[in-house]
Amino acid sequence: MPGVRIGGTDRIDVRKTYKLYIDGAFPRSESGRSYLVSNPKGAELANASRASRKDVRDAVRAARKAAEPWAARTAMNRGQVLYRVAELMEGRRDQFVAEVAAAEGMSGRRARTLVDHAIDRWVWYAGWADKIAQLLGSSNPVAAPYFNFTIPEATGVVGMVAPESSSLLGLVSRLAPIVVSGNAAVVIASETRPLPAITLGEVLATSDVPGGVINLLTGLKAELVPVLAAHVDVDAVDTWGVAAEQQAPVEISAAESIKRIARRPKGISDAAFDWTDDRAAQRPEWIAAFLEMKTVWHPIGA
Amino acid sequence: MAVMATETKPGAAVPAPVATNGGAPLPAPLPTPGGPPNSWGLGDGQAIPWEYAPAPESREIVTIRERYGLFIGGKEVAASDGLTFTTIDPSTELPLAEIAQATQADVDAAVRAARQAQSKVWGKLPGRERAKYLFRIARLLQERSREFAVLESIDSGKPIKESRDVDVPLAAAHFWYYAGWADKLDYAFPGRVARPLGVAAQVIPWNFPLLMLAWKIAPALAAGNTVVLKPASTTPLTALLFADLCRQADLPPGVVNIITGPGEIGMALVTHPDVDKVAFTGSTAVGRKIAQGIAGQGKALTLELGGKAANIVFDDAPLDQAVEGIVNGIYFNQGEVCCAGSRLLVQESIAELLIAKLKDRLSTIRVGDPLDKNTDVGAINSRAQLDKITELVAAGVAEGAELYQPACELPGRGFFFRPTLFTNVAQSYRIAREEIFGPVLSTITFRTPEEAIEKANNTPYGLSAGIWTDKGSRILMMVKRMKAGVVWANTFNKFDPTSPFGGYKESGYGREGGLHGLQAYVRLEDR
Repeated sequence: MPGVRIGGTDRIDVRKTYKLYIDGAFPRSESGRSYLVSNPKGAELANASRASRKDVRDAVRAARKAAEPWAARTAMNRGQVLYRVAELMEGRRDQFVAEVAAAEGMSGRRARTLVDHAIDRWVWYAGWADKIAQLLGSSNPVAAPYFNFTIPEATGVVGMVAPESSSLLGLVSRLAPIVVSGNAAVVIASETRPLPAITLGEVLATSDVPGGVINLLTGLKAELVPVLAAHVDVDAVDTWGVAAEQQAPVEISAAESIKRIARRPKGISDAAFDWTDDRAAQRPEWIAAFLEMKTVWHPIGA
Repeated sequence: MAVMATETKPGAAVPAPVATNGGAPLPAPLPTPGGPPNSWGLGDGQAIPWEYAPAPESREIVTIRERYGLFIGGKEVAASDGLTFTTIDPSTELPLAEIAQATQADVDAAVRAARQAQSKVWGKLPGRERAKYLFRIARLLQERSREFAVLESIDSGKPIKESRDVDVPLAAAHFWYYAGWADKLDYAFPGRVARPLGVAAQVIPWNFPLLMLAWKIAPALAAGNTVVLKPASTTPLTALLFADLCRQADLPPGVVNIITGPGEIGMALVTHPDVDKVAFTGSTAVGRKIAQGIAGQGKALTLELGGKAANIVFDDAPLDQAVEGIVNGIYFNQGEVCCAGSRLLVQESIAELLIAKLKDRLSTIRVGDPLDKNTDVGAINSRAQLDKITELVAAGVAEGAELYQPACELPGRGFFFRPTLFTNVAQSYRIAREEIFGPVLSTITFRTPEEAIEKANNTPYGLSAGIWTDKGSRILMMVKRMKAGVVWANTFNKFDPTSPFGGYKESGYGREGGLHGLQAYVRLEDR
């Protein structure tokens, strides 16, 4: 089983054990299970942790604990924390290129483009942290003596089913808009291409993103997604990476606790979506999908 | 706006009225313990022994026909199988009219009419022309406001002063506000083109029948959608009168379609494969069923569901003003309000005084004929709702809460319920957890702001909240910590077409009102 080759070949590689990323730590699945990950051509890459329903619950608990303090940070601070993720990814650029090339079975050149876009995407969303409230908030001219204003707030804990094809850029493109506003995320990574997600976890662990704000699980979507969708302490789900035949069952369980549901738009295929198209793949609406609008009435008078 | 009651001018003295059918098999009201409050009133919480002269609003302005059909493609039609159901006056239990009971075939026809109108007419009409139709509707509603108000009170049981001063003016204001958006969509969403979603299926409740119609139809039409609306089966009349208004406005056929019938017809409508957008206001249980019914269909969905709002009174609040706000928060529209302030959270140090003042105030609330201009609390909307309120109040007593009801006289027939105040309520009691949707207030005390926040947020709902304090910085701190979509500071139950309304958590998602409400009816495309 060849490892991901970063350096020379004249020594024996030190291979990495891919684990989960929960609450700022890297546990194996509590179930002790793993599954074999191959590249699209069938070559073996590594064993990934096969998370269990208990791992999902642990991740949700970590996310819930982290969500309120994360949302309470200043917007500028959250922006800087996201920018820091880009800084750290930049330093590991070659590693990400090698991992994405291996995971997605593509040339190094193509993988480099994807990784560059993933880094730039963090930068793009980092800048939104202290602007989205001005774009989506309002002061409302009510016909009565009240100062009335509307402010966006983070929804809370978001369960995210990552795109299946795009192991890193797709993941970052959906994750950054969730966390930039103050949400905490529980991510189920691409099932077939999970390894770059865990390496992203290594970046997150050494960045300033507080433990628990982003939790990354690898495993079988058929097993994990229903648990995440049904969890009553999850406030919203991003179903981009849900298989078409699973969409309705996921929405049915999500509706049990009136979760917000963000969907892949009709007619857009996960495999064919071009994540390098900035107009299409980075949008303030994707931040808005995980926000609540709070309207306040305050009397005007002496 | 939502001002609940005015000061009472005493008339001739009569003996204290004897409680009649309280609607609930409950103990008679008890004298208030704890001594009189020091500011006003008699202090014993009993009914002030005055008789009020009746001040009935004339019904003459309204003609209620014997039967009403569905409004499909600009025409009034009978149900495909000819079946009807009866709508009654909840204040007398007497029948008002026979209403067509739509079938699946009628749903199909209505959606077809809406689709045709959207793709052939309404969707192609320039925004400035759509705007003028909506302005016409706003004007017509103003012109016929008294007719709508009287009919609304007759069919729903709500007091005339409320339908006259709140529901109908606000409904007209909604059309007015969104009319102006119809030709300004290019400026509404920076960098994006706003396209209509297509056909909107809208299901609305019985507590604000005409106002909810306006909240649904105005933004949908402004954005270029057409609609099929289903009013609640107990309150179809103002929606059907609105159909006549569409005719007067020369609105193109099929732009607004109204079908009437039970909940199953609402479900058939929202799950119809040719519907693009679903908007529902009602209970969380039904909202959940709708979300599950359309799962996987890719329809846009907004839900405005139940609530269990905390109305939080701090020790530095202006108490007399707070009492008015509490009364308005829970007894407005018989408490049949999703955002009603049904949990009163009082700081411990002022609890005794505030409760005494509140009991005193309750004794002057006038319950009775919805068409009497002095009525504060009208009829409960239906027998089923009255039964539900009765059952939950009985549960509150059984669980150990202390009940207070003023000894006001209730009409001999119709669905009426006394304004009810519970003290000694634990958070675990059903009356503190479940949405009662009636004139029932549960009081809970707290010591610190932290405890108030914890208790206020301790519910799966998150629609609204109230904060009463003299301290601005505390208001904004509480605003930040409340999980609620609308927060009223030193006021309650205020609404405006420019002000986004909607819930957190299990109170639903999406907003109605303002620019945010417009967004719920558009698809944003790249420029």
